[in-house]
Amino acid sequence: MAVSRDEIFQKVKDVLIEALGLDEEDVVPKARLMADLGAESIDFLDIVFRLEKTFSIKIAREELFPAEGLLNSGELVVGGRLTDKGLELLKKQLPHVDMTGFEKSPTLAKLADLFTVEAIVKFLEHRLNAA
Amino acid sequence: MRWIWIDKFIDFQSGKRAVAVKNVTLAEEHLHDHFPGFPVMPECLMIEAMAQTAGILVGEARAFKEKVILAKIQKAVFFDFVRPGDSIQLEAAIESISPEAAGTHGRITREDHLIAEIDLIFSHIDQNLAGVSFPRENFVFDNGTFQSLLREFTSAGRDSGQEAKGVHG
Repeated sequence: MAVSRDEIFQKVKDVLIEALGLDEEDVVPKARLMADLGAESIDFLDIVFRLEKTFSIKIAREELFPAEGLLNSGELVVGGRLTDKGLELLKKQLPHVDMTGFEKSPTLAKLADLFTVEAIVKFLEHRLNAA
Repeated sequence: MRWIWIDKFIDFQSGKRAVAVKNVTLAEEHLHDHFPGFPVMPECLMIEAMAQTAGILVGEARAFKEKVILAKIQKAVFFDFVRPGDSIQLEAAIESISPEAAGTHGRITREDHLIAEIDLIFSHIDQNLAGVSFPRENFVFDNGTFQSLLREFTSAGRDSGQEAKGVHG
């Protein structure tokens, strides 16, 4: 049975409230995990663990949040910007992330802004409803 | 020297669950100041005792190869005081474990009375994704002090137990 986006959003919201000590009204779809919700790197692991438990699935960390290590490559990143190849790879890794704005200026500094509440919901929607 | 804050393990199931005991005594000098005339175990030291119990459980799950560092206190809720003379039990269970980290759920009890619930996240710091490198030697589990607490539960200990049973059986 397909799980609705609203249902997923509600559970993701509860996970983020617990993991990051937030108020309910903070967790809106467009909120960025780091810039808006104050998440730090260890919080991403916490969030992954909580999502695994809530949805009874296994999630490799790089599936949801790609490893910074992948981007420490001269071929994929030059002068703090993703190369075309880097951008292609990132898109492939993160089909659930909306890159419309990011594509125009794909700097590493802006990379963290891609990780929004909505991106998590879309990722889960895809995973949970995959045939 | 390592500062060990638990007295012994009474149960240890590799990769799953561990139970340790900590006996609290008025000989611990900080209790004289915390608080004068009303000595109670500081809650931060209950977290430390749980971090050692759960941290050793997480370390052993990867054969003490990883440097296991307390990274986040997910939850710490306290329901009662712990006083000198109390013997508390610290039960820790691994809820999640991945190449980079582990999450544990913990309960502290005194004679089945719930004292605290403490959930922790440990990082395997060599697997950190920022690419930072740390000294090669395992400074967490370096000199075997923590492992010595597991003497009765190690595979060597179990093997010799079985052997003895075999001889007598």
